[in-house]
Amino acid sequence: MIEVDALSKRFVVRRGRFRRERHMVEAVKEISFRVEPGELLGYLGPNGAGKSTTIKMLTGILVPSGGNVRVAGLEPSRRRIELARRIGAMFGQRVQLWWDLPLVDSFELLRHVYKVPADRHRERLARLRSVLDLDTFLQTPVRQLSLGQRIRGELAASMLHGPELLFLDEPTIGLDVVAKQRVRDFLLEINRQDGVTVMLTTHDLGDIERLCERLLVIDRGSLIWDGGIPELKERFGGERTLVVDLEEPLAPLSIAGAVVERVDGPRQWLRFRGPASDLTARVVGSARVVDLQIQEPDIEEIVRRIYAHE
Amino acid sequence: MRLDWEIAKRGWRRYAAYPWATAAGAFTNTIFGFLQAYILLAVYRHRSDVGGFDARDAVTYVWLAQAMIMTVYIFSWQELALRIRDGSIAVDLARPLDPQRYWLAFDLGRAPYHFLFRGLLPFVVGAIVFDLRYPSPLDALAFVVSLTFAVVVSFGVRFLYNSAAFWLLDFRGVMTLTITVVLFLSGMVMPVRFFPGWLRDAAYALPFSAILQTPVDVWLGKRDGLALLGFLALQAGWAVVLLALGRFVLACGTRKLVVQGG
Repeated sequence: MIEVDALSKRFVVRRGRFRRERHMVEAVKEISFRVEPGELLGYLGPNGAGKSTTIKMLTGILVPSGGNVRVAGLEPSRRRIELARRIGAMFGQRVQLWWDLPLVDSFELLRHVYKVPADRHRERLARLRSVLDLDTFLQTPVRQLSLGQRIRGELAASMLHGPELLFLDEPTIGLDVVAKQRVRDFLLEINRQDGVTVMLTTHDLGDIERLCERLLVIDRGSLIWDGGIPELKERFGGERTLVVDLEEPLAPLSIAGAVVERVDGPRQWLRFRGPASDLTARVVGSARVVDLQIQEPDIEEIVRRIYAHE
Repeated sequence: MRLDWEIAKRGWRRYAAYPWATAAGAFTNTIFGFLQAYILLAVYRHRSDVGGFDARDAVTYVWLAQAMIMTVYIFSWQELALRIRDGSIAVDLARPLDPQRYWLAFDLGRAPYHFLFRGLLPFVVGAIVFDLRYPSPLDALAFVVSLTFAVVVSFGVRFLYNSAAFWLLDFRGVMTLTITVVLFLSGMVMPVRFFPGWLRDAAYALPFSAILQTPVDVWLGKRDGLALLGFLALQAGWAVVLLALGRFVLACGTRKLVVQGG
């Protein structure tokens, strides 16, 4: 569905008012990846890492400075309009609906923009209305919608022409827990049931953990991770913590392969790498243990470490 | 074609969504109509003809101008520029729809709304209070054609100053400058016919007079036969030239956007 090969984007930035200096900024540096049809993948990175630049190149809005891109078999920047008919895009921080008009009016206009036959449009809209629960505000002008309602409207708008591929840029930004859940359920449904390929850009790690099997992480223009979330934890969060509750307070345990991080009364925290079984055996062998507990690093922590270049 | 019609309908509805703004605007146009009419009538106390307009022509001009002021949207229009400035234009480009076609269709839906709801009331009030001149059926038909061209010419100009936002962080300077020129050279402030000879000829040759003075002259029957056709053809020509120029500028702007980003 998406083939990206050594894709780069350089911008020339001019500084200074009179003696303008030209600076070259490499927003995206030779990234490569593929996305198969039906995948739901997360695209993650700190602000300014090159996420939006990548998405803009994939949708044909930006011309790459180097490398190759193919989306749905097309070269995006040359065949932007043709590609636009086959993909959907939603940018959480931009309004794509018609601000002053009722929501349903935007949908009807989009039907004509994408030349969707009336009966197919009716079918799709009926489905989106029920999945996204749009009925109560379908006739409300967009400017009067709450953020959650508007985002649901935007999602419906991006799906009305039946795209094979959906780009979502921060779809849950600013939403409350309930609204977030609804958006996530919707994305899972279109992905599982309709086989829509979804590429999701987000800062919300909850989105990623609940939705994505695969994750791309970009930082300073380079792709630093392409793989599953368990593997990511393994790779970047390699160290786990064994919490040991002893029968009585002791001096920090001295166990091969582990470092005691903290002691609090009878409880000790041991950082370790590798399999837990050997370590547990050694701990149990060296002290009287009441309880054992293994703490996995959570994804927030991992991402924080990646961003901080630890 | 169907798509353009659907877009035009939204253009109408977008402005119809704010009826009180429309009512307040129509009231303002009416007040300004009285103001301008009495000023011109004061001038005509001492003269019977200025630049080929008699007093009745002049007063008719006043009320036509007030009726057309919003129809041709002579003041600031910045929807495209704002979308360029805040980056929403990227969203527009991700749709299988040409922005110029979209905004033109939208404007052609807006114009009849403003003609009916901003224009008609001031004109009817003017017609009740003053002795106005009315066109022959043929001139009335020509007026409708000319007014349509006027909207497109005005759109062409507005599209161009909006496109400046591709290059300038603040396009408002260009916009204000353009609106000032348009107000003066279109005949909005005073009829182009009142200008001294050289300026008058220049104004008639420029596209700005096609926004207001041309339809007014057509209504008043100042041209007939072939001269009328030529007059309308010049207007249509400017519409085509400005749209072509807008298309070119948009292509340059888009290329700048897609190649350099921003």
